Amino acid sequence: MHTVIKRRTGLAQLNLREVWEYRDLLRFLAWRDISIRYKQTYIGAGWAFIRPFLTMVIFTFVFGKLAKLPSEGVPYPVLIFTALLPWQFFATAFAETANSVVGNGYMVTKIYFPRLLLPLSSIAVAFLDFLVSFLFLLAIMGAYRMVPSARIVAVPFFAALGIVFTIGLGLWFAALYVKYRDVRHFVPFITQLGLFASPVAFSSSIVPEKWRALYSLNPMVSVIDGFRWSLLGTSELYVPGLIAGVGISLLLLVTGIFYFKQTERVFADVM
Amino acid sequence: MDVVRALGVGKQYRMGAQLTAYSMLRERVGEMLRAPFRKRDTAADDGTFWALKDVSFEIGEAEVVGLIGRNGAGKSTLLKILSRITEPTEGEIHLHGRTSSLLEVGIGFHPELTGRENIFLNGAILGMHRSETRRKFDEIVEFAQIGNFLDTPVKRYSSGMYVRLAFAVAAHLEPDILIVDEVLAVGDAAFQQKCLGKMRSIRSEGRTVIVVSHSMSVVSSLCQKVIWIDQGRVRQVGPAMSVVSSYLAEGAKNAISWSPRTREPFPFNYDTVFVARADTGESIDPFPGDAAIDVILTFTVDEPLPASRVEVRVHNEYGEILFTSTSADDLPHGKHEWSLGAGRFRCRIPANFFAPGVYHVSLTEPRGTYDILRDYVLSFTVSEEQNLFARDGRPGKIAPLLDWSRQ
Repeated sequence: MHTVIKRRTGLAQLNLREVWEYRDLLRFLAWRDISIRYKQTYIGAGWAFIRPFLTMVIFTFVFGKLAKLPSEGVPYPVLIFTALLPWQFFATAFAETANSVVGNGYMVTKIYFPRLLLPLSSIAVAFLDFLVSFLFLLAIMGAYRMVPSARIVAVPFFAALGIVFTIGLGLWFAALYVKYRDVRHFVPFITQLGLFASPVAFSSSIVPEKWRALYSLNPMVSVIDGFRWSLLGTSELYVPGLIAGVGISLLLLVTGIFYFKQTERVFADVM
Repeated sequence: MDVVRALGVGKQYRMGAQLTAYSMLRERVGEMLRAPFRKRDTAADDGTFWALKDVSFEIGEAEVVGLIGRNGAGKSTLLKILSRITEPTEGEIHLHGRTSSLLEVGIGFHPELTGRENIFLNGAILGMHRSETRRKFDEIVEFAQIGNFLDTPVKRYSSGMYVRLAFAVAAHLEPDILIVDEVLAVGDAAFQQKCLGKMRSIRSEGRTVIVVSHSMSVVSSLCQKVIWIDQGRVRQVGPAMSVVSSYLAEGAKNAISWSPRTREPFPFNYDTVFVARADTGESIDPFPGDAAIDVILTFTVDEPLPASRVEVRVHNEYGEILFTSTSADDLPHGKHEWSLGAGRFRCRIPANFFAPGVYHVSLTEPRGTYDILRDYVLSFTVSEEQNLFARDGRPGKIAPLLDWSRQ
């Protein structure tokens, strides 16, 4: 094994092989975050359910009962929980990913490992929560005597879209955060604003036609509508929006990886 | 074959990089608005400095190499570059073999996780595969001597146990090149010996070790070769003993004073420390063999301080500790009380004690619950004049005149 250490010039290499060699560390980092959370909290895994559940109750009351928004023929709580599934994943994973490098700064300045592992493990942890919540959604649907349609096979595609978008955006912010500590204040702002710029509390059908194209530039719109479409059989797919969502997500992923890899070499110097 | 080869390595930092490393977006945006076309890196007074410059060296297989230098000389920067934590601004380093670095023990240890869990986590962080950690698990546990606490969260460990566990994981890595920073400065004496033994065995297995230490006795007993870094450049490379002795000889003083203004805000501070002839009180180097030597320590206690003591350690020219003497050796508990205000200790080393040579003195400074070590603050020379050693060149590191009688 021959390693040459020198200043990197030119474009960054992705070097996925190295990430693969460190896969045990990725697993342990994710496992550490999960197991610490369970040791420090009383209801542990319960939070993966309680948070979306309470949000669902409040949103149903405010948007379904008070504002009387249309529910496309499904119970309002189910409409919301289906959207909360990808939304909670995004909100948690994005915030954790953005914080992943700075939050593990003491490791970054003390030892070498592929820095990509940090955001990736944040995503992995949030994804496990997502899987737990998914089971709860099926249980809630069962309680309303609803059966997912055959379109459920499309869920992995929309989940993948959500993951790609989240990683892309998360990588950008993780790297920016190392240099610009303003990011800490900016991240909650994005998740709060995004909640209302995405069809979480309501159905996309209430968005006026003329705003549809602009609104669909937010990839989470396609992800959430996709979840409703494949699980509840509602929300006709808006194909141009979906294409835009896929395009934007892939663009963010590619540029995010690029920016992250370009800046990671100075992480230890500026932290 | 050289397993490590550094060629003209340099590292440039921005001034004050440690303090204002990350910037506010506002400043950066403002800067771009004011001077949109100026390339930021070529700013006129760029306020940069070279932490390392033109550093070149080779390290062969199975060599144990010490990196020494004063604080801020660039050792840590070099270690960080060797460990791939940061990249050099210029030059390159070639490493042949699997490299592991230990700039700190217990990286990634989490207080909530048990000893067992932390072993696996830390192993993974250090680059061990899960199967490898599992294979060495029993050995690690045994080395750390934490048997019964394996399934206790490490937040309940004593600091000694914590460090032992952390070092144990690291010691069971099997890299071709091991890079170590000061980890030996932790733990009790017995454990330090164990760690030193482990490092010797790593060497005997044909692996290469690069170690940074402030303890010249560790460096001169462990390393064959030493690289002395001074102000970012390689000052001297060579056999451990000769580099260590020239390092220690530099700036050797037989008196040192700390001005009250530069004093740190601690309850105990030394004012002046010096060595002098016991009979005349003169601090004239070298001392003849038949002169008793006083180490005089004057100090001020500014705040109440728990019972403790100060230690005087005397090293030979290679940094090996010849002996340690404390201000409370005559007391059963090895501690004494302090009264506020100025004070003075005299530690008398008898006449006819040292062999001719250069000696260095380190002092401890009590800080309440712990001591800090001020290493190699004083130096003095003992001449061949009136020296038993010189009379017949007898073997030994010291040449004390003992009390003989014929019975």
